[in-house]
Amino acid sequence: MIEPIFLLEAALNGILLGGVLALLALGLNLIFGVLDIVWIAYVDLVMLCMYCVYFLVMVYSWPVWAGGLAGIALGVVLGIGVHMIIITPILNSPPINQLLATGGLLFFLQSFATFLWTTDHRSVRLALPIVEVGGMFFSFARLLSFAIAILAMLALYLFLTRTFIGTAIRAVSQDRGAMALMGADPQRVYVVTSAVGGAMAGLAAALLSIQYSVHPHFGAAFGPITFMICVLGGLGNMVGAFIAAFVMSEIISVGGVLWTTEMGYVIAFGLFIVMMFIRPGGILARRE
Amino acid sequence: MLALRDVTAGYGAFTALWGVSLRVETGEAVAVVGPNGAGKTTLLRVISGVIPPRGGGLDFEGRSVAGQPAHVIVARGIAHVPEGRRLFPLLSVLDNLKMGAFLPAARREFAAGLERVFALFPVLADRRRQRAGSLSGGEQQMLAIGRALMSRPTLILLDEPSMGLAPVMVLRLFDLVRRVREEGYTILIVEQNVRQVLKLVDRAYLLEVGRIKMEGRADELSEQDFVRKAYVGL
Repeated sequence: MIEPIFLLEAALNGILLGGVLALLALGLNLIFGVLDIVWIAYVDLVMLCMYCVYFLVMVYSWPVWAGGLAGIALGVVLGIGVHMIIITPILNSPPINQLLATGGLLFFLQSFATFLWTTDHRSVRLALPIVEVGGMFFSFARLLSFAIAILAMLALYLFLTRTFIGTAIRAVSQDRGAMALMGADPQRVYVVTSAVGGAMAGLAAALLSIQYSVHPHFGAAFGPITFMICVLGGLGNMVGAFIAAFVMSEIISVGGVLWTTEMGYVIAFGLFIVMMFIRPGGILARRE
Repeated sequence: MLALRDVTAGYGAFTALWGVSLRVETGEAVAVVGPNGAGKTTLLRVISGVIPPRGGGLDFEGRSVAGQPAHVIVARGIAHVPEGRRLFPLLSVLDNLKMGAFLPAARREFAAGLERVFALFPVLADRRRQRAGSLSGGEQQMLAIGRALMSRPTLILLDEPSMGLAPVMVLRLFDLVRRVREEGYTILIVEQNVRQVLKLVDRAYLLEVGRIKMEGRADELSEQDFVRKAYVGL
């Protein structure tokens, strides 16, 4: 029998993991909501940003916060770049073509990263402490990442609800055509959305790089769980994705303590399949 | 103010408009009536730039707007209240009106624009925090018109504003359109409710299978078999 304190520790660690997963899922979901395109290669963009943070911090000895900011900046550039170079020419193509194009980008980025940096795992080594609270242990890197992720999502929420362009982004996600009748250039809204989604990828990269090592197949490790969170929450539904991120991270974390980490993933993915039968529209199916 | 000469338009291999010519003078209210599938909605979509014309001339205030995208044409002063209203259902009434004022010039005048819309449709002021999707059909149509007014247009295109409304609401809606008109806006309205719309407008065109079949002053036309014809098409 496992002692309750370990379960509590696992549950709290699950929440900490959920924060960063939610950040990843919201970035992907934001883009999907506006453009109706799933960026299959989203987490591979995160991978590129992680390399950026790694090299700046470990090779060029930048302070980690500066490396993180550079990662976010690279995310913005990549987000706009993917939209302009890959999405714009196929914006009106059938969805399957768009899916294949971003899928192709995924393999391109993986191979390119392998070619440039080999398959070595590289980590940003920071002397961050382990925090003890009432007999439970938490990594400071995770606590910090969680706090920053929550603040970033709060900022995203305020951006989408309180600013003019943010409201326009939500409006476009509800009716693409009508926003052009309001005088908004759809392409401009798409570029802003892609830039914001890219910035979130960059921030997630900075937060992940202090917890995990980066390698060319990082996207394969975090990509599937990110998509499942989006689908589970209801594609395009931000609140749903936020909740789904914590559901998934709890299953992985608590399941990992009860059995093994692998079993945690098995249960999470199994639940996902079951949920697709019960609630194919997601936990919070998108309301009219 | 608005002049279409021999405009042709369609979707893919389908041609919806075959050489349509039409004029709207400043301060006028003009109706386009006709049966389902006559091309009425396509006509408004061409004018507002949702789809480009395939041929012919499209002038607004003396300059060609043919082929310009929708977001550019709004800035020239044409607001399109589309078929089915196309509100942002999850946004509040206020946010919908904000989006109507997306253009920089309209945004600067947002407060004044809001006051004008609320004076015209007081119920929108009461419901400003409510989601647009939760409004009644009549209120949604008011919001759609109010949202269009927020862009500070001179010409308003109305596509079937009475569609889907309860009969009692239809009469109220035409009263409201009349009030919008009295505010000094020029109106081009597409309607199936021929009898009501002819009481509202100065002139009307009858569109059938993509061609203008008849045109004239509303009071003259409503007396003729013109009305009957349009109804027969239904």
